[in-house]
Amino acid sequence: MTLKDLRPGQKGIIEALGKQSTLRKRIIDMGLTIGTEVKVIKLAPLGDPVEIKVRGYQLSLRLNEASEIYVRVIP
Amino acid sequence: MSKTIALVGNPNCGKSTLFNILTGSNQYVGNWPGVTVEKKLGYLKKNKQEFTIVDLPGIYSLSTSTLEEVITREYIESDEVDLIVNIVDASNLERNLFLTLQLMEIGKPMIVALNMMDVLRAHKDELDIDHLSEHLGLEMIEIVAAKEQGIDTLILAIQANHEPIKQLSFYRPKIQKLLQKVKASLKLDVSPTLHALRFIEEGPSATLGHQMSPLELSALNLEVENALKDETLDRDMIISDEKYRFITELSSHVLKRNESDQKTLTHRIDALVTHRILAFPIFLGVMWIVFMLAFGPFGAFLKLYFEYFIHVIVIQNFANLLTFIGVSPWVYGLVVDGILGGVGSVLGFLPEISILFIVLSILEDTGYMARAAFIMDRILRRFGLSGKSFIPMIIGFGCTVPALMATRTLENEKDRRLTMMIIPFMSCSARFPIYAVFAAALFSSQQALAVYSMYIIGILVAVVSGIILKRFVTQGSVSSFIMELPEYHRPTLRNLFLHTWDKIRGFIIKAGTVLLLASIVIYLMSTTTFTLQSTTNQIDSMIGSIGSFIAPIFAPLGFGDWRSSIALLVGFAAKEAVVSTLGVLYGVGGNAVNNTAALIEPIRAAYTPLSGFAFMTFTLLYLPCIAAFATLKREMNSWKWTFIAVGYQTGIAYVLALIIYQGGKLMGF
Repeated sequence: MTLKDLRPGQKGIIEALGKQSTLRKRIIDMGLTIGTEVKVIKLAPLGDPVEIKVRGYQLSLRLNEASEIYVRVIP
Repeated sequence: MSKTIALVGNPNCGKSTLFNILTGSNQYVGNWPGVTVEKKLGYLKKNKQEFTIVDLPGIYSLSTSTLEEVITREYIESDEVDLIVNIVDASNLERNLFLTLQLMEIGKPMIVALNMMDVLRAHKDELDIDHLSEHLGLEMIEIVAAKEQGIDTLILAIQANHEPIKQLSFYRPKIQKLLQKVKASLKLDVSPTLHALRFIEEGPSATLGHQMSPLELSALNLEVENALKDETLDRDMIISDEKYRFITELSSHVLKRNESDQKTLTHRIDALVTHRILAFPIFLGVMWIVFMLAFGPFGAFLKLYFEYFIHVIVIQNFANLLTFIGVSPWVYGLVVDGILGGVGSVLGFLPEISILFIVLSILEDTGYMARAAFIMDRILRRFGLSGKSFIPMIIGFGCTVPALMATRTLENEKDRRLTMMIIPFMSCSARFPIYAVFAAALFSSQQALAVYSMYIIGILVAVVSGIILKRFVTQGSVSSFIMELPEYHRPTLRNLFLHTWDKIRGFIIKAGTVLLLASIVIYLMSTTTFTLQSTTNQIDSMIGSIGSFIAPIFAPLGFGDWRSSIALLVGFAAKEAVVSTLGVLYGVGGNAVNNTAALIEPIRAAYTPLSGFAFMTFTLLYLPCIAAFATLKREMNSWKWTFIAVGYQTGIAYVLALIIYQGGKLMGF
């Protein structure tokens, strides 16, 4: 399951990062490391990008990038 | 010798606000990640000690290779910097500390300014600063930059003597050992730790300045690979991952987060402005307010009084004074018709342009721009752009130069290039005087509509260009969009004032230099022939001859008279100069109360509404001014793409003006 599949309000723990992402390094440096909790806040009005909360701040990324972030859903 | 202090921090950490307080200089702060793109200098004098303060671009990390990160890294590594002041947004501690740890690895003297402690408290979070400071071995000063709290303590800390900070290890013993090994092999003088880490992450290609042979390098690289082969993570992730582990551990000891799902102000505003249905109406409303404030009745009202002031009080009295002291007609002509006529035609627009800049800075400072980028990303992607292209495009309505620089926040080089190619289509404030004069002369009842239509045409051309150009420019690249949505902040008056003043000053300086010079040159060339005879018949003058020579090119567009051609040529120096040149060529300086009003009659005589509209469209789209051209070259770092960009713009301008004029004629306008 990837971050893209989470619905607004759902939380997950990052388990892996895809190798495809051109922005892998940027994603990690923004604090999206393995084991980090992320929460999906909302989708943009047109359904993409997505707003997430990570390490106490809000970040937006495209679904395309979210689909490279593998997560495990937590309650 | 004065010491140099480098201010380093994440975007939106309040770094520029602090810079403004420390130096009182003109530097702009925005909520859009990465607004501070230039290296800005200022001076701090306290108790007879002087410091040079450098405001560096807001960055998240030193380990990737965006332009801003490279600028920052190279600068703080240099001998020039004596002390790093790392501004940390305490309300966003973990991500901010990531950069702090990287800065520590440079090994320079460094202190931390813990900013936004008020936001932290408003969130009901608790931070044990002493513990944090002790654990990292860094001096930490609590400040609230927006309210100017803690500044004196910070200045005292800056003034004290500083030793290089002690080196901590953030890594497991195994990684630490590998790091020492790589460091010892590379033998670098400048920030050996930082570069050894890059070697571990990315291999030999990322490392410069070493004395090793390619063979030794690949041996070292192999050694790193072997050492890391049991790791679960890839080698480019390990270092950052370990740093964040260190931070998470540290943060669990010093930071108590209020976990209740409280609705902060930011949440409540976002619930509205990024609402599924309301987002776009609000967005359009905001844009409408921006333009109404600047170019609507309020701006027009201010402009009326300001022009009265310039033309009646300043120019008329000055002209009377010249007559009174009895200067020669030649000097009177140069000063009144040349200088005052040219420069005065443009200065009258100062109030409207000021309002535009004030409103744009409010939008940036508060954080709304980032939300606009968030909701617009999906739409802009269709045109080969990104949500992040949106902020530069809006800034483009103010001035193309900072807009081009603001594109540095785009990660993807091709996205960035395409954005830069279409930014000049966003009608900058310097072009507004052209529309305003022509609309007043030719579209009396529909003036506002004629002016607005220029902005709309600019946006439409940008959109269509995006669709056309993305096939060629961004072909084959996967674009991306990762953007922080910062907390909303109330803009501080100081930042607002300094930023707007910076822009207005630029406009006045331009009027006093480029436009002044252009006005003088145009006046002299319009009163002298190529055989250096004085002439009163402009058509015989140098400028008349040059103008008549190029004019046929523009004849199919409806403005084939020589004055238009000259105005367009001079417009390359500055777009306002189109108006000031016409002001000089029609000699409107001394003989009227109001230059703009005086231009109306000659323009009515020379243009039909249709050819005037074609002319306005052409000035909107053609070749940007020389300042924008130079910035384009610098930012694209390629003559080829610079010429493709301006060639495309001028080509579009010609074709569209041709279609408007010839099409309009066919339809009987």
